[in-house]
Amino acid sequence: MDFRAFPWRAACGRRKLSITTDKRVGRNDMKHLSKVALLCAGLALAACTNADRFDDTNTVDLNGAGAGGFAPGSAQDPNSPLYFQQAIGDRVLFAVDQSTLSPAAMGTLDGQAQWLMSNADYTAIIEGHADEQGTREYNLALGARRANSVQEYLVSKGVAPSRLKVVSYGKERPIEICSSEACYAKNRRAVTVISVVPTS
Amino acid sequence: MMRYVLSLLLACMLWAVPVTAQDGPLRIEITEGVIEPMPFAAPDFVSDNAAGAELGRQIADVIAADLAGTGLFREIQPEAFISKITSFSSPVQFADWKAINAQALITGAVSVDDGGKVIVRFRLFDVFAGQELGDGLQLVGTQAGWRRIAHKVADQVYSRITGEAPYFDSRVVFVSETGPKDARQKRLAIMDYDGANVKYLTESSSIVLAPRFSPNGDRVLYTSYESGFPRIYLLDVGSVQRRVLESQDGTMSFAPRFGPDGQTVVYSLTRGGNTDLYRMDLTTGANTRLTSAPSIETAPSFSPDGSQIVFESDRSGVPQIYVMPAGGGEARRISFGQGRYGTPVWSPRGDLIAFTKQSKGRFHIGVMRTDGSEERLLTASFLDEGPTWAPNGRVIMFTRETQGAQGRASLYTVDITGRNPRQVPTSTGASDPAWSPLQD
Repeated sequence: MDFRAFPWRAACGRRKLSITTDKRVGRNDMKHLSKVALLCAGLALAACTNADRFDDTNTVDLNGAGAGGFAPGSAQDPNSPLYFQQAIGDRVLFAVDQSTLSPAAMGTLDGQAQWLMSNADYTAIIEGHADEQGTREYNLALGARRANSVQEYLVSKGVAPSRLKVVSYGKERPIEICSSEACYAKNRRAVTVISVVPTS
Repeated sequence: MMRYVLSLLLACMLWAVPVTAQDGPLRIEITEGVIEPMPFAAPDFVSDNAAGAELGRQIADVIAADLAGTGLFREIQPEAFISKITSFSSPVQFADWKAINAQALITGAVSVDDGGKVIVRFRLFDVFAGQELGDGLQLVGTQAGWRRIAHKVADQVYSRITGEAPYFDSRVVFVSETGPKDARQKRLAIMDYDGANVKYLTESSSIVLAPRFSPNGDRVLYTSYESGFPRIYLLDVGSVQRRVLESQDGTMSFAPRFGPDGQTVVYSLTRGGNTDLYRMDLTTGANTRLTSAPSIETAPSFSPDGSQIVFESDRSGVPQIYVMPAGGGEARRISFGQGRYGTPVWSPRGDLIAFTKQSKGRFHIGVMRTDGSEERLLTASFLDEGPTWAPNGRVIMFTRETQGAQGRASLYTVDITGRNPRQVPTSTGASDPAWSPLQD
């Protein structure tokens, strides 16, 4: 499919063919958003313009274009990267020092695996992260454990290992910047960042 | 040395600063005792021309800042001086310096020759003994390098009075940080130990972490995300040329550190989510695996003789410090206190291991003997980490990050007695310092 032809893509103007809305997207927010999204077909464009800011997306004109159907590539299109990121959820969270997957995380990853199986054009980099407690070196290793847990789970669900890469950012890339558990909980994460296989 | 030992000055400083292992490398009473810094006077170095006069003032300032910065000395402000030093060779009026309680007096002369060469001579006096301490010395350098000359003079003074090896003529490689916490830009930078002469070594386009000097300071190992994945780079400080160390796709490598031979590198390699220690020969590129455990093994550091490696592992459940032979093999745990231990670094003297400790929601920099005994915490804050040793093994520099959304990283130093915590002035945020050896 021609990824770049989708309207949201053009509006986004992202540098890479990938989705990395790595900011302030809590899982609850995403669930909430996906419900809103199902009601509103015009959402995707706005979400894309600034997918990090849900205040904006919630103020989308409900009478906007596309009502009654969904635009290809929008968050309602089950084959869209936005759907992967928002409706399924592109990240799972971990307990302090842990890299084991919770039942909720497995649920999210089941959805990710399914999506990746039916969208063979995509590969993914799984980014492991840690909160700021702990030394830099240890957190790098811990983030790698987390990313690896996700990779192993996706592979166990049938995703080809060759489509998955892992990287750890340790504590280098927090999405929440406060120094309390509310933020730490969201920073202890593994994010599956998908991108289209370059066609050459 | 005998003539110095006789001096009252030295006797006094020997009490303040233990030299060697007479009654154990650690003398904890120092942290508990109140140390009265030794008052000294460092009048502007004299000169026979205007260019030299300005330099003479600056050099005296840097010497004074070096000495006062140790916490062992206290500068007497020039306003208090009774005598003025107008000639390097005139006899010193000891009574005038005694009157203002200057126990040490540093005098000097600067001249700049036609070729732009700077020649500095200095003398150190024990005021109360009324005699010179050590011989006068002459140092020659360039005008651009005047700060190094000043540091070398201060190094001489420090050594003669304390009996310790010096550390002022040294540099620090670190990570310069700008931008908010969730979009931080990091660049490798190098500076004098006191924060002067900052020079950037990389651009800010990719994350860089934890630079480490080679044993003679000519090269730096560091971790960069330049390729999208953490890999280890080797950078030549002089030419700023760098190369990536070979690594397999699908792995991450980080936490490198040189061995004392300058050819061996020990580092962490992550494959399949598991992090172990490896060593690499820089000449051949050959790798040897040192640990094979499902736990995290990272932050390795060689003993100064190259025979052992201290590292961090969570094989017991929480990160602790272990020591193993440099070729791998059985490791013994040396940290047993409450909390989590990480980033151990062997002292250049070989006697102590500095570490980061996390306990009850606070971070500490601490030191322990190489067998884990006599643990002593030197600092406490929201987040202190990543100690590095001054070349003489008496001072530790580390990263301190403040709490919250506006959190910022800065460099601090602390004496191994826990005294004299100080922030190192940097114009940007700064983290991951590595102290160079003493320069030639």
